Amino acid sequence: MAAKPRRLNLTQKYQLMTRGLDWETTYQSMDDVFPYDKYEGIKIKDWDKWQDPFRLTMDAYWKYQAEKERKLYAILDGFAQNNSQLNISDARYMNAVKIWMQGVTPLEYAAFRGFAMLGRGFRGAGARVACQFQSIDEMRHYQTQMHAFSHYNKYFNGFRQFARIRDRAWYLSIPKSYFEDAVTAGPFELITAISFSFEYVLTNLLFMPFVSGAAYNGDMATTTFGFSAQSDESRHMTLGLEVIKFMLEQDEGNLPIVQQWLDKWFWRGYRLLGLVGTMMDYMLPKKVMSWRQAWEIYWEESGMALFNDLARYGLRPPKYHEVATKEKYRITHEFWCTIYQFSHATALYTWIPTEEELDWFSAEYGELFDTVYRPRYEYWAELDRKGERFFQKRLPVVCNVCQIPIFHTMPDDPLMNCCLVSEYKGTKHQMCSQGCKDIFDHEPEKYCQAYIPPQQIYQGNCGGATLEAYKEWLHIKDEETGEYYGSEDHIMWEGWKAQSGKPADAPA
Amino acid sequence: MSIDIKTTKIEQRRITFDNVAEKLGEGKIPSRYQEVMYGVQQQDVFHYRPTWDPEHEVFDADRTDIKMQDFDDLTDPRHYYYGTYVIQRSKQQEAMEKNFSVVEKRGLLHAMDGDLIEKIRKVIIPFRHAEWGANNNNLFIAAYGFGTPMPIAADFQGMDRLGNAQYITRIGLILSNNDPEILDRAKSEWLDDPMWQPLRKLVEDSFVIKDWFELHLLQNFLLDGVLQPLVFQYFDDEIVKHGGASFAMVTEFFVEWFAEAVRWTDHTIKTAAGESAENQALLAGWKDKWLPEVKNAAMPLAEYIFAGRSADVIGEISNRLEARSGKIGLG
Repeated sequence: MAAKPRRLNLTQKYQLMTRGLDWETTYQSMDDVFPYDKYEGIKIKDWDKWQDPFRLTMDAYWKYQAEKERKLYAILDGFAQNNSQLNISDARYMNAVKIWMQGVTPLEYAAFRGFAMLGRGFRGAGARVACQFQSIDEMRHYQTQMHAFSHYNKYFNGFRQFARIRDRAWYLSIPKSYFEDAVTAGPFELITAISFSFEYVLTNLLFMPFVSGAAYNGDMATTTFGFSAQSDESRHMTLGLEVIKFMLEQDEGNLPIVQQWLDKWFWRGYRLLGLVGTMMDYMLPKKVMSWRQAWEIYWEESGMALFNDLARYGLRPPKYHEVATKEKYRITHEFWCTIYQFSHATALYTWIPTEEELDWFSAEYGELFDTVYRPRYEYWAELDRKGERFFQKRLPVVCNVCQIPIFHTMPDDPLMNCCLVSEYKGTKHQMCSQGCKDIFDHEPEKYCQAYIPPQQIYQGNCGGATLEAYKEWLHIKDEETGEYYGSEDHIMWEGWKAQSGKPADAPA
Repeated sequence: MSIDIKTTKIEQRRITFDNVAEKLGEGKIPSRYQEVMYGVQQQDVFHYRPTWDPEHEVFDADRTDIKMQDFDDLTDPRHYYYGTYVIQRSKQQEAMEKNFSVVEKRGLLHAMDGDLIEKIRKVIIPFRHAEWGANNNNLFIAAYGFGTPMPIAADFQGMDRLGNAQYITRIGLILSNNDPEILDRAKSEWLDDPMWQPLRKLVEDSFVIKDWFELHLLQNFLLDGVLQPLVFQYFDDEIVKHGGASFAMVTEFFVEWFAEAVRWTDHTIKTAAGESAENQALLAGWKDKWLPEVKNAAMPLAEYIFAGRSADVIGEISNRLEARSGKIGLG
């Protein structure tokens, strides 16, 4: 007969269920079994000190996640059956979703693979299991996003060719190079870049505008997968924080390495988020909050508070965060002005903001907006009225690190373009900022490999040396690109609105 | 009274994404599985070589010697994407939860003969380390494999093996009334008992295989093809026959899971073998290289369980594996 079972506490039980499975190999050396977790110089004395950031067994995972999936797909089915795309605020909004599909969804897939590498690669079994859960979560996210966007793809342009342009379109090199930079680094840098710098420090700046923006703009498909992903994300955040603490507690020699990564990945993440900020300022017809305000709340308050807490480990706030703060008044406007001029080479539409929106910018961004950016929009609007919608005929010089066109201005002078040059092995490499230049100079051998789309295009490696040939190579048709007003999406939307008796939109 | 129903005319511009339409042919409506399985892995224009493996791109077809026109042909006949996978497993775990609860409440495992309990302790509990090894290997395929569908199914397979190892842990803790000593002892047997050493050596050798398709064949076809039937069918039957029917309640998942996983394993190997004579020869060569080692690793375990019948049991299991092998073109 069974004796009365002993009580095991949760921590003990979880350890038996995870790291208890592991053993020190002897027929093959541990260094051969885990060949990649030492070369970055991070010293781990005792993997047993790893604190499991969450305690989830496989059976519990299946159960919770299945409940979430059942609900999510029920809503997506209902969304499609009811033609709920008719409920979005305006078809301009769809461009925010296109950016997500083209730029972010492929990264979710890549994150699935990257975290599988970590789930195989760390010799500490506790860390490995935690990364395995993140890996399969990331797989979930790319799939639920594709299933949610599938319905939009049936009606709107800019979704259908995402798998082709993901690797080839110049503006999508921004997110792609960001992630590839992380996944081609060693395992500790990858997890620092994604789990801490991105998921823990900067994620609110991505999640808030995109998912709340979706909700404000009637996009229930995105809102649903976004909120459904939130409980996964909170696991990822706790993993990010644990990784940093673990590395710093293991060996004091880890501090300078970690600090350099935090400097790099803060800047890399911040540059990437400029695209998100632009989406939230310009592509959401119903605004949630401005980039400036989001930056103040999520970085200047929360981000700095986090770094104050981390000071006890010897960490300081990332380099150039004060530059990012200075740029909060201009970065999204500089970005939109650039995409506006180059959108005929994207699978996106752009437009001049409406009068009402220009006034909102004035209120949110003040004098700088009224003196620098508003006049540009008025000038372009005037050209447009004359039938001379402005597009750049040439391709931009892009930063060799973040891959963003070099439009950023000097930290203390929003009218002076910032372009810094590093020479490496006889070749000049342009960078958009001191932040990016430091990254290049630290690892020139890595960044000189970067695939720079405008250079490739001019060399004729992208279907030919003209913009037309390039667009063909991307499988982007004229009607899928350029100006929003008068576009296929716009005409379709106005048609739907006319049938339902809503008033038409006039261009600015 | 008349009702005026106003409808909005909504014309669809296209059926699906280009990458899916190109794979399925124009005009075909994809299933949810198909819609997320083709062309999603980044294919070219890689920005930087991995600092951990500068010989390859991040995702590189050359990490296996198997050549495919399109690695996206290595699909999963179960059509598992994340949603269908977790929903299927959640149903199974619910059934397992009920079984565990009955077994625990009624003390059914403890009601077995001491001899049987000892056999379970010696065979099943250390086997959790072999399951953990299978987790490790499938995560390797998920990480370094190529194409969209293969790494996804390998990831499911890897997580399933973590689940298996955790279910075994739970069986151990029931048997010991939550005394972790049972697990410590099983681990020291896994590490030192001669009965486990050939298997542990083979599992550790598999950890350093760099060709992910070779690893797939070794782990999911050969190792599982011999050990899963040995442990969860033959051994299980043996226990049940001698009065341990309740044991079948806590191993039900393993049996179901394996029957299902075989479909994926066989389909992917068959597809690769069918692609070219070179692939076929490569796969057959790997099988010839590893199968004797796998049988050798299983033998001491079979001897412990079946004593004089061990050669017959291994022979039967080998015949079944050879039959599968013939069906999928490995010869």
